[in-house]
Amino acid sequence: MTAIEKQLQDHILVLDGAMGTMIQRYPLEEVDFRGERFASHVSSLKGNNDLLNITRPDIIFEIHKEYLAAGADIIETNTFSGTTIAQADYHLEDAVYDINFQGAKLARDAADLFTDKPRFVAGSIGPTNRTASISPDVNNPGYRAVSFDELKTAYKEQIEALMDGGVDVLLIETVFDTLNAKAALFAANEVFESRKIALPIMISGTITDRSGRTLSGQTPEAFLISLQHVKLLSIGLNCALGSELMEPYLAVLSDKSPFAVSAHPNAGLPNAFGQYDETAEIMGLKVESFFKKGLVNIIGGCCGTTPEHIAKIAQLAKSYSPRKLTHGTNS
Amino acid sequence: MERILRLSGLEPLIATKQSNFVNVGERTNVTGSKAFLRLIQEDRYEEALAVAREQVEGGAQILDVNMDEAMIDGTFAMVNFLNLIASEPEIARIPIMIDSSKWEIIVAGLKCLQGKGVVNSISLKEGEEVFIQQAKFIQSMGAAMVVMAFDEQGQADSYERRVEICARSYDLLVNKANVHPNDIIFDPNIFPVATGMEEHALNALDFFRATEWITQNLPGCHVSGGVSNVSFSFRGNNAVREAMHAAFLYHAIQHGMNMGIVNPTMLAVYSDIDPVLLEHIEDVLFNRREDATERLLNFAETVKQGKKELVVDEAWRAWEVQKRIEHALVKGIDKFIEDDVALCLPLYPKPLQIIEGPLMAGMNVVGDLFGEGKMFLPQVVKSARVMKKAVSFLQPYIEADKNGEIQKAGKILMATVKGDVHDIGKNIVGVVLACNNYEIIDMGVMVPGNQIVDRAIEEGVDIIGLSGLITPSLEEMVKVATEMQQRNLNIPLLIGGATTSKVHTAVKITPNYEGPVIYVPDASRAVTVAEKMLGGDSKAYHDTVLEEYERIRAHHELHNATKRMVPIEMARKNKLMLDFSKDTIVKPRQLGVFDGKIDVETLIPYIDWSPFFRSWDLHGKYPEILTDSVVGVEATKLLDDARTCLSDGIKNGWFHPSYVYGIFNANAVGDDIEIYDETKQQVIHRSIGLRQQIEKTSGQFNLCLSDYIAPKESGIDDYIGCFAVTSGDVTNICRQFEAAHDDYSSIMIKAVADRLAEALAEWLHERVRLTHWAYDNTPLNNEELIAEKYKGIRPAPGYPACPDHYEKLGIFNVLNATERIGVSLTESLAMHPASSVSGWYFAHPSAKYFGITAILEDQFLSVCDRRNVNKDEHVSWFPFMKK
Repeated sequence: MTAIEKQLQDHILVLDGAMGTMIQRYPLEEVDFRGERFASHVSSLKGNNDLLNITRPDIIFEIHKEYLAAGADIIETNTFSGTTIAQADYHLEDAVYDINFQGAKLARDAADLFTDKPRFVAGSIGPTNRTASISPDVNNPGYRAVSFDELKTAYKEQIEALMDGGVDVLLIETVFDTLNAKAALFAANEVFESRKIALPIMISGTITDRSGRTLSGQTPEAFLISLQHVKLLSIGLNCALGSELMEPYLAVLSDKSPFAVSAHPNAGLPNAFGQYDETAEIMGLKVESFFKKGLVNIIGGCCGTTPEHIAKIAQLAKSYSPRKLTHGTNS
Repeated sequence: MERILRLSGLEPLIATKQSNFVNVGERTNVTGSKAFLRLIQEDRYEEALAVAREQVEGGAQILDVNMDEAMIDGTFAMVNFLNLIASEPEIARIPIMIDSSKWEIIVAGLKCLQGKGVVNSISLKEGEEVFIQQAKFIQSMGAAMVVMAFDEQGQADSYERRVEICARSYDLLVNKANVHPNDIIFDPNIFPVATGMEEHALNALDFFRATEWITQNLPGCHVSGGVSNVSFSFRGNNAVREAMHAAFLYHAIQHGMNMGIVNPTMLAVYSDIDPVLLEHIEDVLFNRREDATERLLNFAETVKQGKKELVVDEAWRAWEVQKRIEHALVKGIDKFIEDDVALCLPLYPKPLQIIEGPLMAGMNVVGDLFGEGKMFLPQVVKSARVMKKAVSFLQPYIEADKNGEIQKAGKILMATVKGDVHDIGKNIVGVVLACNNYEIIDMGVMVPGNQIVDRAIEEGVDIIGLSGLITPSLEEMVKVATEMQQRNLNIPLLIGGATTSKVHTAVKITPNYEGPVIYVPDASRAVTVAEKMLGGDSKAYHDTVLEEYERIRAHHELHNATKRMVPIEMARKNKLMLDFSKDTIVKPRQLGVFDGKIDVETLIPYIDWSPFFRSWDLHGKYPEILTDSVVGVEATKLLDDARTCLSDGIKNGWFHPSYVYGIFNANAVGDDIEIYDETKQQVIHRSIGLRQQIEKTSGQFNLCLSDYIAPKESGIDDYIGCFAVTSGDVTNICRQFEAAHDDYSSIMIKAVADRLAEALAEWLHERVRLTHWAYDNTPLNNEELIAEKYKGIRPAPGYPACPDHYEKLGIFNVLNATERIGVSLTESLAMHPASSVSGWYFAHPSAKYFGITAILEDQFLSVCDRRNVNKDEHVSWFPFMKK
């Protein structure tokens, strides 16, 4: 049993909150994103948050520390878009290794500063910006902008670099297309086999709206079945919905999953200006409902959440027992 | 461990012990459904999706998808179809079963599934190592797997072998491949019963017992099977089959089978089965009596619906004359038609009214029955023969009556385009249209475009129909359309023939002609299209067609963009490197060119009848087609007629099969093959090779025929064969029949001549393999020949492995074929006489047939360079080049 599995036996573990929201608190300009290394890069780089691992590591390191201080047991690396596929938009495919390696190292160094309780680093693996089972062209439904093999190759590169940088866990998150996630799992397996080391894997899907389906159309249970061939550390949901709307779908996973269950919802739904205005107090109340019903083992925050939200959630989590790990079958 | 099946599409499929039998939908399977195969071959994916949707609506819980067919690119078809399914939430709702015997198709299919599907199937056939490796891969792709009871020794056919193989498979899967028992689905082989063979008596019982053993001893796994196999020996007797399926399924489920492929339309309700029949069936299933099979067979005869009528029923001769004429037309009986028509003469004021009256009334019945699918093409052609005979009998009377002019439905000009000599299809269409009261002007074969247009204007025709079989004809049709545009015509243009397609018509022909251009997939559609084109709503119809073709064009452009091609330089780097040594190269007994003649009788056993039925629009495999519930009766009649044609042909010397072949020294030079004279001093021909440019997955090669010949730089002596065969020119014989208004016989002779040429090619290849070149020593039966099980290959220019017709010139040249056997090449490089075959022989044991569907311009330019030809002139030979 790994250290994190041991912790999950008795505790609800707390995942950190949003990275993007925190970065927006800093007045960053194009020049900050470029740094010295990319000063003469061909395309605009502002908004490429993952690149800050290389060009403004001080800021990322600071944000990690804030979440750790708020009580997060697991912090996520700032590598959500760290694949050659996602970085192609910025023509930064060549920087992918460094983005992930530096991202992992920053989180590792920050986590190692906190010795009061075990802290873990999860390598964040986003869905990329392409879907393997949906055509981007409505007139040509058979077309695919990315193939399973291309995704697998891209994910392998990211995972290699994250592992080199010292992550404890892989977190495949915001899964909007299950086939993308299957490619990530396949990639992870190949890396594990060649390195003869396996890291625990967390998967978190995204239910896009009240239809109760992923973007690629699956129900939560179908989503679970499709990914159950790998022994996961946890499966759960994040993003898109606030805690309230997420709860019924989380309940399905909680009921059926043989693995731990995670949730990191947004701070409510975005307002007319695209901002999230659920305060720490309000979100805390809603998340507490998950605890009361025994739905989760891991809890955190996605878009709009801050160290204040995480502190509130961590404080509440302490007084509840985690979801029982004997749920579900076919483990 | 509990037996639970957990699969997913967009929604979960969970089956537990308490659940009912899980039913797999099987109609999206090219090996099981001719209709579906046709849709895939013709790129009609939207209709193929409709088949899938029907399956789901009909209650299929898993959708079986199979694209294993030699004539299609199985990997592409699988990926394309699965991708399209993914966009249809109603279909994608249920899990997919990827059904293939080709591992690369399975792999490609798995990479398209977001849900948890099933692979069908893997087995120990190729040993433990491959089995474990494949199982591990499937596991890591998140799919369950059907495991066949098959091992290195073969398929399990007894209780003991089933148990042995399943137990061994289970152990390997669970302990070595890390497969969860719930993800294992055993298929312990359902075999036919009541076949009359002693060793089949236990087939059902052994399946039941093995199923029970697996359920009790291999915890957590599932048992599946294809139920319809069991009743194989009762094909044609659906009442018995349906009852047998129900009984078998009932007992199989009792013994632990929990999923499988069952056609719901071929299934009775167990409790509804007639108790006597049920007893007979169960006696067979459980092998309860020595004479069980015989008793069931006898009993089956009594439940058979619609027994074959053997007595010639002439009762209809007593009917009134109009009714008799109708009957003669529908049944295609020409024996009495002239007498009957003569009897009508005093009944009608004008002889013309006999045609407009009873004859047309009869033909309308034929047309309706044909439209409803109750009559088949060969029958309609026979009806036409009767009609023609009647009309020609009346002709002198009509001419005597000055005012006589027959009101026709329309005037249609038909022609096989320049450079092409194939006309079977065109003639069939002509006959069908003529039956429907269209006046047909048939310009014959090899008709230049300007002549077609001239004649059309001269005659004031309502429709022009173009036909062609070989690929250069496609270009020729474009030219005719262009010519029609230049002369400002607006006559509807119908396009048909084996290589034509809706896509080609939409993409290449329509843009060149503003008048209506319509693709006609087969003869049965010709009448409908003509009616619509000449009817009151023709404008609306034309608009719908235009709209549809516009959509096809748009789709085609995108579709093309998705099939990835690589530059020729990269393709060459990924060539197949074979071992060239004493083990793979056999020195032929004698080099040189040889020719000869052969009698028809020798060739008969080598005939592959399936394409013969296709040429008559009857689809199915021979011999199964003879017992097909829909077309079986007609197919049998047609085959009888073909055999009569063969024996008449032998008696009267219609066919003159002759052949020429040569075996030469040869070496590969790049993509080309140099053919040398006997002393190896001189290059007598350089055959320019085309290489596949489709992007390949690793382990797959970009093939070129020259990969099968030892490269020159290796210094190894290698050889190639060339051949040309023909069954002789039957044009004159056919003209005689046509003159006697017997188009049916004319078409039949041509169709038979085509089969004889193919049979001769097969016979000659065997002779070369076994005795002349003698690189192979295993004689095969005809089925094995048709399945291309022989060593080495005999590809032909103009076919998938070498779509470049231009290469025929080289073959004809080195063989001196025109002089030796009288076969020549037209300007479009079609062979004349039409019933001819030519190609090469490659002897390397690893040589396999492959397909080149397209090449890029870089390769085309390289070909022009190597051939030293002008690219602008040469480009018309490469309609398969992508810009």
